[in-house]
Amino acid sequence: MSDQDYINLINGSYLVAAVLFIVGLMLLRTPATARNGNRLSALAMLIAASVTLVDRNIVEYEFIIGGVVVGTVIGVLMARTVQMTAMPQMVALFNAFGGGASALLAGSEFIRLVDAGHVDEDVGATVMLGTAIGALTLTGSLVAGGKLVGWVSQNPILFPGRNLVSGLIGVLIVAMGVFLVVDPIDNELIFGVLVALALLLGILLVTPIGGADMPVVVALFNSYSGLAAAATGFALDNNILIIAGALVGASGLILTRIMTRAMNRSLINVMFGGFGASGTEVVGVGGEVRPYRSVQPQDAAMMLAYASSVIFVPGYGLAVAQAQHELRSLADLLQARGVDVKYAIHPVAGRMPGHMNVLLAEADVPYDQLYDLDQINRDFDQTDVAVVVGANDVVNPAARDREGSPIYGMPILNVDHAQSVIVLKRSMASGFAGIDNDLFYLDRTSMLFGDAKQSVSALVSEVEDL
Amino acid sequence: MLESLILSLTVFALAMFIGYTVITKVPPTLHTPLMSGTNAISGVVIVGALVAAGMTDSGLSQWLATGAVVLATINVVGGFLVTDRMLRMFRRRERPDAGK
Repeated sequence: MSDQDYINLINGSYLVAAVLFIVGLMLLRTPATARNGNRLSALAMLIAASVTLVDRNIVEYEFIIGGVVVGTVIGVLMARTVQMTAMPQMVALFNAFGGGASALLAGSEFIRLVDAGHVDEDVGATVMLGTAIGALTLTGSLVAGGKLVGWVSQNPILFPGRNLVSGLIGVLIVAMGVFLVVDPIDNELIFGVLVALALLLGILLVTPIGGADMPVVVALFNSYSGLAAAATGFALDNNILIIAGALVGASGLILTRIMTRAMNRSLINVMFGGFGASGTEVVGVGGEVRPYRSVQPQDAAMMLAYASSVIFVPGYGLAVAQAQHELRSLADLLQARGVDVKYAIHPVAGRMPGHMNVLLAEADVPYDQLYDLDQINRDFDQTDVAVVVGANDVVNPAARDREGSPIYGMPILNVDHAQSVIVLKRSMASGFAGIDNDLFYLDRTSMLFGDAKQSVSALVSEVEDL
Repeated sequence: MLESLILSLTVFALAMFIGYTVITKVPPTLHTPLMSGTNAISGVVIVGALVAAGMTDSGLSQWLATGAVVLATINVVGGFLVTDRMLRMFRRRERPDAGK
């Protein structure tokens, strides 16, 4: 085979891989086909990576084998051991690795070309782009992951003029990038400074953002990791990097928009608003004590057992208490008694898009019982009992009715439209946004206090005894 | 060289549109597997990294590329495996009286 034959073989396999990636993503349309879709994407990656190894430019395999072995061991260990509750930080970490890999590859290409003595201007420009996006994705995602785990303060870390500092660093990065495109040779030091500044910028962009907004940030960096791959693809003139990078970039952007909509925020507001700073504002009720009704498990169990329809509204508190399995048992018991049971999942119920669905799937809750906001909101009017477990802001009617509330306009689940409401909660403390919840004080609402897991278990045994 | 950049941008723009069309059809219930799955797909930089790590060249360039191979492999292997682990858990409703 001539060199051209090898190149044709490689590019042909990239075409096959690109088609398989797209078909794989199309199969994510339903949970029933999704697993095959994922396998198809994995097959596409295997084809693209294997055929690449015949590239005539490869003359030694030691580094390749070493890198693949190390990466495979770490990847398998991470995928096998991660808890489903920890998926958000895992995805954040993967975003960081994706950005880091692009930055390293772009940097490697730049140094190789500089050593060879010539860097074309368009290659130089895309190298700078891939390096900068990749580097800031690396550190930004690490900080986001750190906030999700709690290693970095969940509160926004704010200092005066932070946006100005970030802006200046951004301008500096662009200026140095342009300089390096024009005069790339013997300026490795400047390239190093550019990388360092991009790493710093990633940190500065995420530290001012509150923990509650991390789902948006994770989705955004998901997109960036794809865009960094695409930019590196431009530099290497490699179509599969460009196509796969664009697919990931588009996916992340769509998820970012879904999450900002669900929180009634704009992306600009999330990035630069510093929302969620602790103790900023408590709105609505000025400290007066409002009456509420508390209920014992026995009475709550009666309400549930003799209802004809029940909607469970799980929030992250459910996952923290690890009460998913108990909730499923309760649902099973109720269904056995002929009660119609559904789950209402708000887009921000977990710590990342779709997180709650995974947690419930892990507890063997069938996915056709899970309904999202638009599907279920009208059903609350015809529902006997709505049970809120560990959710707060996403069921706060203030978001719908109380103009001037910080969460006003945020789409909520209309739990207050149900005939009666049971709220499982530790205490009367306010939610992530630090806002009092009018739902808790309604006549139709009963508060069942205690740890979510223990409360649900108590409900299970009470219903069993009926 | 500008010619090839424009060609690349064409491919990029079309792929973004395909991505947008395909991804909007993914239901919210699968958004977490979607994110971990796209994590794995963004590990596609492994393709470029393999070549860069295999060219015997300047030391630094090769070491950087090898680092890229490691990180991209983690993404690919870890991303696809953990996505499969999640998708395996998604089940349809069984008959109400089946085995409970």
